[in-house]
Amino acid sequence: MILIPLAEITDDVRGQVGGKAWSLATMARAGLTVPDAAVVPASQYRRYVAETGVEQRISLELSRKRFEDMRWEEMWDAALRIRNMFASTALPPAMRDELLAAIEERFGDAATVVRSSALAEDAAGTSFAGLHESYVNVHGPDAIAEHVRLVWASLWSDAALLYRRELGLDPEESAMAVVIQRIVTGERSGVAFSRSPEEPDRGMIESVWGLNQGLVDGTVEPDRWEIDRETREVISHTPAERLEAVMPTDSGVDLRPLEEERRSSPPLRQDEVPAVHEMSRRAEAIFGAPQDTEWTFSGADLHTLQSRPITTGRSSDDDGSPYSRSWYLSLRRSFDNLQALRGKIEGEEIPAMVADAGRLAAIDLSAIGDAELADEIERRATVLERWHDVYWEDFIPFAHGARLFGQVYNDAVRPEDAYEFIDLLAAGTRKPMVSMQRNRLLEEMATLVRERGLADALAAGEEPPEDLRAMLEEYSERYSDPSGPRRDPARILDLVVQMARRERSERERPDAEALEQQFLAQFEGEERERAEALLDLGRASYRLRDDDNIYLGRVEAEVTRAIEEARGRIGRDLPGDLSAEDAARALRDPDFRPQAQGEAEDAAPQDAPGMRAQERQLVGQPAGAGLARGPARVIRNADELYDFQSGEVLVVDSLDPTMTFVVPLAAGIVERRGGMLIHGAIIAREYGIACVTGVPEAAELIRTGDEITVDGYLGIVTISKPRAAE
Amino acid sequence: MQPEDGQTVTSEASHAEARRVLQKLLGAERLGVLSTHHAGAPYASLVAFVASDDLKRILFATPRATRKFANIEADPRVAMLIDNARTLPLDFEDAAAATATGQAVELTDDERAEAAERFARVHPHLRDFVESPSTALLCVEVASYYIVRRFQHVTELHLE
Repeated sequence: MILIPLAEITDDVRGQVGGKAWSLATMARAGLTVPDAAVVPASQYRRYVAETGVEQRISLELSRKRFEDMRWEEMWDAALRIRNMFASTALPPAMRDELLAAIEERFGDAATVVRSSALAEDAAGTSFAGLHESYVNVHGPDAIAEHVRLVWASLWSDAALLYRRELGLDPEESAMAVVIQRIVTGERSGVAFSRSPEEPDRGMIESVWGLNQGLVDGTVEPDRWEIDRETREVISHTPAERLEAVMPTDSGVDLRPLEEERRSSPPLRQDEVPAVHEMSRRAEAIFGAPQDTEWTFSGADLHTLQSRPITTGRSSDDDGSPYSRSWYLSLRRSFDNLQALRGKIEGEEIPAMVADAGRLAAIDLSAIGDAELADEIERRATVLERWHDVYWEDFIPFAHGARLFGQVYNDAVRPEDAYEFIDLLAAGTRKPMVSMQRNRLLEEMATLVRERGLADALAAGEEPPEDLRAMLEEYSERYSDPSGPRRDPARILDLVVQMARRERSERERPDAEALEQQFLAQFEGEERERAEALLDLGRASYRLRDDDNIYLGRVEAEVTRAIEEARGRIGRDLPGDLSAEDAARALRDPDFRPQAQGEAEDAAPQDAPGMRAQERQLVGQPAGAGLARGPARVIRNADELYDFQSGEVLVVDSLDPTMTFVVPLAAGIVERRGGMLIHGAIIAREYGIACVTGVPEAAELIRTGDEITVDGYLGIVTISKPRAAE
Repeated sequence: MQPEDGQTVTSEASHAEARRVLQKLLGAERLGVLSTHHAGAPYASLVAFVASDDLKRILFATPRATRKFANIEADPRVAMLIDNARTLPLDFEDAAAATATGQAVELTDDERAEAAERFARVHPHLRDFVESPSTALLCVEVASYYIVRRFQHVTELHLE
């Protein structure tokens, strides 16, 4: 059966309907009031993925790399691509006809909630609470069927993938049932714990005006009551600052300001609290374990929306609220959180970081004594460390803004290319990214050299003309990399000459205006305003992901500058990678001999006797469309970038925006770090250069001089001809 | 030829059976072993394929950076083995294999879209692969099939 009504859920289909549907059916049988519902059983999920080939496409996607080795960014990318498979793959025609007819018959045009009912909840005895999507206020067979697919896709969300990885559940064994539930438009809603996770002799209730979504996702603060389990009396009531409520709209739900009169009264009357507690106790009796139930009042009728066992995971967070989620759920930062984060980053942190770098740059280090210089080095190291913390705590989470936009864009537009949204984010970036500004300055110099035919003369050692010299000067002033262009402008000139000999500019950008219109046309009224705001947020997030490293690089350069000053004064044998700590110590203690921190020499791979293994083809993620072939240049430190020759393939562990100036010369890019929003991928897309990211051990398995092919469509790197053995 | 049980095996019946076996193999199997060579040294690769209804063409796809593609560019003569053997040998009664020989030809841009669609219908999970611009779509223009049944019974089928 393609749609099983709640009343027909019996033991023999239990394994097909998932935990949520089973508990609803059980409660209905026991006499609790639950909304009318029907289930699309897991067998239909399996039918869809088998008949459309989505199943094997998911397998291929997840077999690119060992699940255990995937970074969060890569998981997000995989989740995005999988989600897009569901969104862009229609139901097979026969299945579609059956499903639409069954929905039409049961629900007509009634408003419904379409939500997941995952099977693994039973199998693992764990709660997937909140990991999978629910869609509220969906009506009409077409829309419902569409949302069934999106709920299926949420089986593969990044958070769900991470959760499964932690639990060791096999994603390929996963299937999902979907509950379609007639919406009960409650005026007041909430959750009830039959037994409080913190106080075992108490029950607990939280309640908000309007629908439950606001409470469950944490955007609306609830009133809270505690009840004595023994006497059933209310022990305490903690009122909320009642400002907003989630209300149904024509096509979904919306967060609205609460009417004046409701702000002053709690959503539950004093006499209703015990009734809600009683309902949760009945659920506890039915399931034989303390329950976490969701409920709503429609008029005077109390409806139980769902019930699940209380899991300890839910109360383990440090702020004491049973609704605070584990860290991976906090990845779903809401728009408001991201907006607040943006204000903090753009308004406070970036300006403070730039100011710090400026202050440090203004200090004339040669004018201070050795003891002061030692203090200064330590101070700088501390400043850098602080900015590193900010980077991890605020900047990286803010990258989720671009991802959030990507998901909304893909759901609304259903593009063929799951990364089309990046073009929209990049093209609409009104303030050009700092790294692109620098690259443009390099290009201007290259153009000047090309147009005046100076390349050969400069390469032969002639002095640059006055205006070019001024530009080189400006470049050194503005972009003081730790890699030291300021110290060696001749190498910048080499680079410019190389660029002049090679015609390449940014690729023709896709029509950003058209993309933007196409996106915004999917929304109307208030939703459109929100879509515009989300686009703006996405752009800020996208831009910052590149710029923050540049600013951080300026602070790093100031630490390096102080260390180099120390090096000049110490005059002893010093390792090339002198740390701030050692530099300061060596200034104070003339007997101290710093040791090299020592990167381990690459150990040659050990082959069995009589066998020689050689990697031929490496698999990563496609991150920049294109097919390129050239000799590899493996970059281990920024200084090696100046050896880069036009037409080489850049192979790097992790491409930093401070390194991107050689990108215009590169035939292709290969990066160990994975993801579509990492700098290498972004910059490769800007220039239309073939790029593969997420290639494990790329910088070890590929050697400088290897002839390699970068397939940026399929995410494959082929080593066509290893460099001759030395 | 007059077997002892009295049944007559005509060459026509044998040919018809060979064609049926071939049709079944090409329709049911999804993977074949493609043979190419480089300067006389043979090289074998596993490929997903789709055969045309008239069995004259076998479509397959490969990334352009592969050895097999380089080999074919240098010399388009290929062989492809398609069989129903699994790790555990079937009853020899049921075991069958066909070797196709011919020329591998890359499809033109005009032919690509339709061929990719045909390929993706049979291998839906390889849709992204076959539609990638870096993937070459080729077909073996079959000159001959060598159909092996019942362990050593071999029928040759030459296409004109």
